[in-house]
Amino acid sequence: MTGPDRPLFDVEEMEINFGPQHPATHGVLRVKMKLDGEKIMEAKPIIGYLHRGTEKLFETMNFPQCIPHTDRMDYVAAATNNQGFCVTMEKLLGITIPPRAAYIRIILAELQRLASHLVWLATHAVDIGAITPFFYTFRERDAILDLFEEYCGARLTLNTMKIGGVPFELPDGWLDRCSELVDGFNAHIEEYENLLTENRIWKKRTIDVGVVSAEDAIEWGLTGPPLRGSGVKWDIRKIFPYDRYDEIDFEIPIGKKGDTYDRYLVRMEEMRQSVRILRQCLDRLPDGPHMAKVPKVLRVKEAGMVYGAVEAPKGELGYFIVATEKATAPYRCRVRPPSFINLQMLPAMVEGHLVADLVAVIGTLDIVLGEIDR
Amino acid sequence: MSDDKPTAPPEETPAAPESEEKKEQQPLSDEEKAAKIAEAKAKAASRKAAEEAEPKDPWEEKPVPPNHEDASDDPDAVALGSGMPGIVLAADRFAGEVTLSVPADRIVDVCRFLKHDCDYKFLVDLTAVDWPDREEGRFDVIYWMHRFDDSKRLRLHAVVADEVPISSVTEVWKTADWMEREVYDLFGIVFENHPGLERILTWEGFNGHPLRKDFPLEGIDTGAAIYPDVYPPGGGPVLEEADEEEGGAA
Repeated sequence: MTGPDRPLFDVEEMEINFGPQHPATHGVLRVKMKLDGEKIMEAKPIIGYLHRGTEKLFETMNFPQCIPHTDRMDYVAAATNNQGFCVTMEKLLGITIPPRAAYIRIILAELQRLASHLVWLATHAVDIGAITPFFYTFRERDAILDLFEEYCGARLTLNTMKIGGVPFELPDGWLDRCSELVDGFNAHIEEYENLLTENRIWKKRTIDVGVVSAEDAIEWGLTGPPLRGSGVKWDIRKIFPYDRYDEIDFEIPIGKKGDTYDRYLVRMEEMRQSVRILRQCLDRLPDGPHMAKVPKVLRVKEAGMVYGAVEAPKGELGYFIVATEKATAPYRCRVRPPSFINLQMLPAMVEGHLVADLVAVIGTLDIVLGEIDR
Repeated sequence: MSDDKPTAPPEETPAAPESEEKKEQQPLSDEEKAAKIAEAKAKAASRKAAEEAEPKDPWEEKPVPPNHEDASDDPDAVALGSGMPGIVLAADRFAGEVTLSVPADRIVDVCRFLKHDCDYKFLVDLTAVDWPDREEGRFDVIYWMHRFDDSKRLRLHAVVADEVPISSVTEVWKTADWMEREVYDLFGIVFENHPGLERILTWEGFNGHPLRKDFPLEGIDTGAAIYPDVYPPGGGPVLEEADEEEGGAA
């Protein structure tokens, strides 16, 4: 039916929905795209499918009751969410936590970082077409979750920190089992890298995809591995040390070009640094109580607003708490979710690229919709 | 407490006569008692003195809640005040964080000044707080920014009244885009000159702004815009009416 008066192809732009029920969107993210063939002309992320009004709920609860709700935001990194809230509350109440509590927190947070990065690597690799790393990384993630389960009884929504310390003393033999995991972990990272780092397909799919310059990264407010992948040396653990991170020796890995491959390398190196941090904490874990002496009812003295941040696996996780005088509950608790602000850059990163690159870029941003929608 | 109860009585009964016997065998004279008391007091005093002399770790002390301090001597407050005279309405330091209050109608100028002259290249967060009964304006709009050179953070605070728009700072920092959309969605504050001010977390057609203090926690029926013929705009169905309709149908 084709002839000289009919074009061979339909050249109209096609509008297409990617998600919200699509496995490669890592949750309920919907991207509304205008396509020219396979090229993305316009991409618009649409979010909110998982909005549960957590910030509104915070206002109705007293301070310790908020902690379990923080688990449900970035649900693959619950421990760092707890930590962020507790660190902010301690700033507001003026509590200093005992050294042992701080070290246990660092151990939990770094284990959580490893677990979160393993989920990222698994899903990122599956999205791009490499299924094997998934089985390898989930094997190690399971071992980490076993440690969490032994410590606090939960594997995902941990609720593992309290304002003023950590809820429990470590169980007998936990440190040995953790030590064993930590000692063997670098070999596992080696395994993943053998599968991917020099893999020709992996390099083709990631190098020069989703390039972000350092200026753009700062302008768009990126934090965490996406910012470091663009070559900005920035880590909350270093610039605003919390929970005795200032006593720990570690490096901040940074990338050069700011493409997907660089961000991959940054996260792999971050896992090695986490192992290094864990090793130091396990060797130097001080004795003493695991909770500071905090009053039974936590009451704010003066009205005021504080912002506390931690380096979550996804970036800077901040809590902004406004409290009135003598309050036992937050008047307003804003969460600065790193995924929400990192995702904002998605259109700028994919426009002009292919649909397949969109999948790679969503993977490299490492988003969790529970945190984006709150 | 409940665990102690069953075990406590059997221990006490044999212990009581024993202690009586001891008392009979070695009765303490008043002098001895006084000496013992004095000794115990001295011990307690010396322990207390030792505790006072020995500096405790901060975690052993009682919590020290932060206080508000005047921060008008802060270098950024001074720079902003000299660059734009009279712009800093108040400067406050709380828990080590500096908050500068500025008029809402000049927020873009202030932000541009801070970005270009004070080097605050990074907008960390933008949010709002609702104070429904406040006279000078209902909402606080909060800007929280970061400077890379010395890792310093600064908070701007602007008061806006209900239904009064505030200018968007998206032209200063691109990252403000979604943050302003979120504030618009959840608080209903309109940002002028925003490139696409749409709801972001709730859906288009949602009634009300959930983070306002007068929005009920249990929510309101928000199907209004989707089914305008069923649910009138401005609120959902009244429960009693719904019951009546149901009863009528049955």
